[in-house]
Amino acid sequence: MTVSVRLRGVQKSFGAKRVLDGVDLAVEPQEVFALVGPSGAGKTTLLRIVAGLDGPDAGEVVVDGTANPRSSGLGREVGLVMQRPAVFRRTVFDNVAYGLHLQGLPEEEIDRRVSAALDRVGLRDARDAKAWTLSAGEAQRVCFARAAVLRPKLLLLDEFTANLDPANVSLLEGAVTAYHRETQATIVIVTHNLFQAKRVARRAGLLLGGKLVETADVETFFTNPRNERTRAFVRGEMPY
Amino acid sequence: MVELSQELLQIAGLSLYVAASSTGIASLLGIPLGAFLALREEARGRRPALTIAKAIVFTLYGMPPVLAGLLVYILLSKEGPLGALGLLFTPGGMIFAQVLIVTPIVTGVAYSAVASVGRDVKEAARTLGARGWALAATVIVEARLGVITAIMVGFGRAISEVGAVLIVGGNIRGATRVLTTAIVLETGRGNFTEAIALGLILLAVAFGIFLVLYWVQQRGYR
Ligand SMILES: Nc1ncnc2c1ncn2[C@@H]1O[C@H](COP(=O)(O)OP(=O)(O)O)[C@@H](O)[C@H]1O
Ligand SMILES: [Mg+2]
Repeated sequence: MTVSVRLRGVQKSFGAKRVLDGVDLAVEPQEVFALVGPSGAGKTTLLRIVAGLDGPDAGEVVVDGTANPRSSGLGREVGLVMQRPAVFRRTVFDNVAYGLHLQGLPEEEIDRRVSAALDRVGLRDARDAKAWTLSAGEAQRVCFARAAVLRPKLLLLDEFTANLDPANVSLLEGAVTAYHRETQATIVIVTHNLFQAKRVARRAGLLLGGKLVETADVETFFTNPRNERTRAFVRGEMPY
Repeated sequence: MVELSQELLQIAGLSLYVAASSTGIASLLGIPLGAFLALREEARGRRPALTIAKAIVFTLYGMPPVLAGLLVYILLSKEGPLGALGLLFTPGGMIFAQVLIVTPIVTGVAYSAVASVGRDVKEAARTLGARGWALAATVIVEARLGVITAIMVGFGRAISEVGAVLIVGGNIRGATRVLTTAIVLETGRGNFTEAIALGLILLAVAFGIFLVLYWVQQRGYR
């Protein structure tokens, strides 16, 4: 179970605004990679392109050896958790079972896997709760479980703990680490929380001005980056 | 008196049968069509073809039932292209005409309901592997409040409709007479008490159907 991500010269504009201006990125199999950058840098845009939700204007995206995947792998190979939890108007159980039902798995297997996934995010007792009545933190845990239960080889997390309280942040980070340990999946986590990047990831990269400015292992990235702008960013000196 | 109530029962039953059938068929056509229009528009932007399709749907909202009745009458008449079906002056022909009237309404309301489902929810379904019909079905279920409203509005239009069923059905006693056409007849004869009684029965039928749909709509939603 090894999936790599390769981006070469990826460009994306919205109207006249060029958000991604030739992004090169290599994420190795089984790696946990943190993508950081100021708000509006294009992190979400980049992640959506990797997920295949959007296509690049130019450049190449290779996921698991497949060029420009156009969402074909979504749900099986690639999982995405978005910043704002978007639960279905169903029970917690039905939310997490959703992707498994699409795959037409037998009910007992679905029941077993959903139960295990809910246990991992501390929602065992919320299984029959209406998902749309949950708190933001609980809803995001449902969203994580809903993606993780499908065992994607590539898991993309887009600021998925932003605006959550510390208890939920820590629970979700724990769930990510456990997922990685169990599956060896490749994980790309977008965050503007540098501490989170340090806690969860092994390598980090800074997206700025439409380009990936620098990537390094987290130790180097946060203590001794090569690039001036990375230095300013990790010191919190960058105005944004 | 016994005979009368039996005839009444038959008329009310036929009303319910014709309206429920046409609403059912219109929903099977209109809900997927509305969902398709909404999802296409969101995925591809406002293309001219989509705008034209929507313009047609919303224009047909205003289709006078008598006009629909006339068109279907011509289609189904002996010399018409569908004359061989022998549907003129039958409940089948009345259903045919009503499908024409009800489908645009169901389509339009279903379109609005599906379009109002959040983009993030639709994308969540996609990220979990939903494509094509599975995606449409998911979004329709998410929009069930509005989609069932579409069915309610469609049924209301069908059960209260008189122009098309009168022309295509012919108001034949014991065969194609429904509540609305019976009301017209009794009113014309000056039998206002009977006409009002028929009207109340019509409202009672509509209320019963509303209760059923409302129950389905609210189940597991609040
Ligand atoms: N669908 C879109 N249409 C127009 N502009 C967009 C769209 N998506 C993103 N943008 C713009 O692209 C820029 C980068 O957005 P985003 O990728 O969300 O940044 P980040 O996730 O790093 O905060 C922003 O200026 C945003 O307004
Ligand atoms: Mg973002």
